[in-house]
Amino acid sequence: MAREVNTVLTIATLLPDLLGTYGDGGNGLVLAQRARQRGVHALLVPVELGQEIPEASIYLLGGGEDGPQRLACDLLSKSSFKQRVDNGATVVAVCAGLQILGHSFSVEGNDRYQGLGLVDVETTRGTSRSVGELCARVGDRTLVGFENHGGHTTLGPGISPFGQVLRGRGNDGAVDGYRTGRIWATYAHGPVLALNPWLADLVLESVLGYELEPMQSVADQLYAERCAALSPR
Amino acid sequence: MSMDPSARNRLAILAVRTVNWGSRVTRRGSGTVAGGRIGLQLSPKLLSALARGRTTIVVSGTNGKTTTTAMVAAGWGGDVTTNATGANMPAGHVAALVESSYANAALEVDEAWLPEVVREVGPAVVVLLNLSRDQLDRANEVRQMAERWRRCLSTESGFRGTVVANANDPLVVYAAMGATNVRWCDIPTRWMADAKSCPRCTLAVHYQVSTWSCTCGFAKPTTLSTTLHDGLTVDGVDVPLELSIPGAFNEANAALAITALDEVGVSPLDAVQRINAVRAVAGRFTLRQWNGHTLHLLLAKNPSGFDALLSTVEDDDADVWVAINARIADGRDPSWLYDVPFEKLRGHRVWCLGDRRLDLATRLDYGGVAFEVVNDVDRIPASPEPVALLANYTAFSEWLARSTPC
Ligand SMILES: [Zn+2]
Repeated sequence: MAREVNTVLTIATLLPDLLGTYGDGGNGLVLAQRARQRGVHALLVPVELGQEIPEASIYLLGGGEDGPQRLACDLLSKSSFKQRVDNGATVVAVCAGLQILGHSFSVEGNDRYQGLGLVDVETTRGTSRSVGELCARVGDRTLVGFENHGGHTTLGPGISPFGQVLRGRGNDGAVDGYRTGRIWATYAHGPVLALNPWLADLVLESVLGYELEPMQSVADQLYAERCAALSPR
Repeated sequence: MSMDPSARNRLAILAVRTVNWGSRVTRRGSGTVAGGRIGLQLSPKLLSALARGRTTIVVSGTNGKTTTTAMVAAGWGGDVTTNATGANMPAGHVAALVESSYANAALEVDEAWLPEVVREVGPAVVVLLNLSRDQLDRANEVRQMAERWRRCLSTESGFRGTVVANANDPLVVYAAMGATNVRWCDIPTRWMADAKSCPRCTLAVHYQVSTWSCTCGFAKPTTLSTTLHDGLTVDGVDVPLELSIPGAFNEANAALAITALDEVGVSPLDAVQRINAVRAVAGRFTLRQWNGHTLHLLLAKNPSGFDALLSTVEDDDADVWVAINARIADGRDPSWLYDVPFEKLRGHRVWCLGDRRLDLATRLDYGGVAFEVVNDVDRIPASPEPVALLANYTAFSEWLARSTPC
């Protein structure tokens, strides 16, 4: 297994003060810890309001309320974020973060708002708010999580969904999130990577470019328990 | 056929009394919410009718409602009607006001119900403690809550009372600013994570040592009626605060309670004597016994509550028990565990209890905190010292029922 010993893996959590409503900071912690436990030198950097966006291998976008979501989108569109993504950075986005990356999204009374346009998707206001457990099939894996949002997201022709919804709503009741190049997006908010250790490792492997050694921890027990609780029999 | 309103209210009150009596006799319930609910069905304006002629202080906020309400009731002196069982929605208020007809009432109010209760009760004083994320699967957005509070307390809404407000919480300040009479209280407030972005304009709020402000001009109020730094001062009077219950956050709660009572004519020097003597509130702050263990049972329902309690856990290597459920009353999504700075417990061993003990254990594992997952509570080895047991809402109730007072 080839491994660059001196690589520093920088994981940046973007605007946690605006996009961090549902324990979303957990995703950065999980990535960093799982990398460190495999001997990778990982650096976790929260990028708060007013700070420059540093160069990083992985950028994380969390969920947020309507006003902060708009502000986060404004700030990111004026920042170096788009350029860094074009240059090859990986992005993991949940909930509001998922919406911001698209062409447009709707907040507060259906006003349409321009997104970052990094992915060909758009989000309109759904007829109701979706609050509850979310479970989706991703290839031969099961994604478990919790969603709390009012969005209805439509994917453009070339965009693949991240998973097929088994329970909950996701984008539209049928599929959840999207996966394109180096961007991963799901409506499963908060610590989705803590609940799904396989997904955390998949993201890390895609960035590091090699297969990680298997690792066992209590997170596997949690994952098994949530799968048993949420998967339709 | 229509019934005249006072006859309708009399009938409703009779119904509340009957249901409360019935549920007490049959021990099915504590005789609070069920009766109140039926009363409100029979007479939707019942709460307003029951509150008429009384002097009412209502207390709301994310953390500290029950304790602060108990302090208001104790500090007032004499007989006070209060919803001490924690039933803090209108049905609970109706039940409490039917049960006793004292002229003074102290009511704890759920954050989401504050606008309705203020409209119906017309309180003399509204105490706003703090506002942070709690049960987001039910309440959704904390900024929306601040906006709803602001509307119900504004001059335009007809509110004529006084707001006693925490000047260090930008969301509370935003909510209180529309009111005509506000007493701003400068009390230590640790949790700012939910107000990093300005409630008025969403830009960044800048925090300095003892103040905060935003570039839009929204800032900490400068006319402070109450300050709690080295000591408590209410309207220029030094008040000897020496609580019997622990925690810096309880001193802040007491400061707000004493200010609210000052507003209805109770001297702070009288109120503080009575509040200093409060030893326990709804099973909290007391030592309990269970199965050979001595437990210091502590309730925390959300990140800010946990943050406050974690800093009271003694800085040694003692074991700590943490019990987490995610039932309806707790909020069904335990994502918030990642907003709690559990890293403070490094050096302790944490015993993970409750329905969602694996969520907790995973959080602790990633935070570098030693943990044990407890699948069978009878197997926890006895420890010679009292153990701190931090539990969220329904887990706290379970442990309160399971244990006995020391
Ligand atoms: Zn502002």
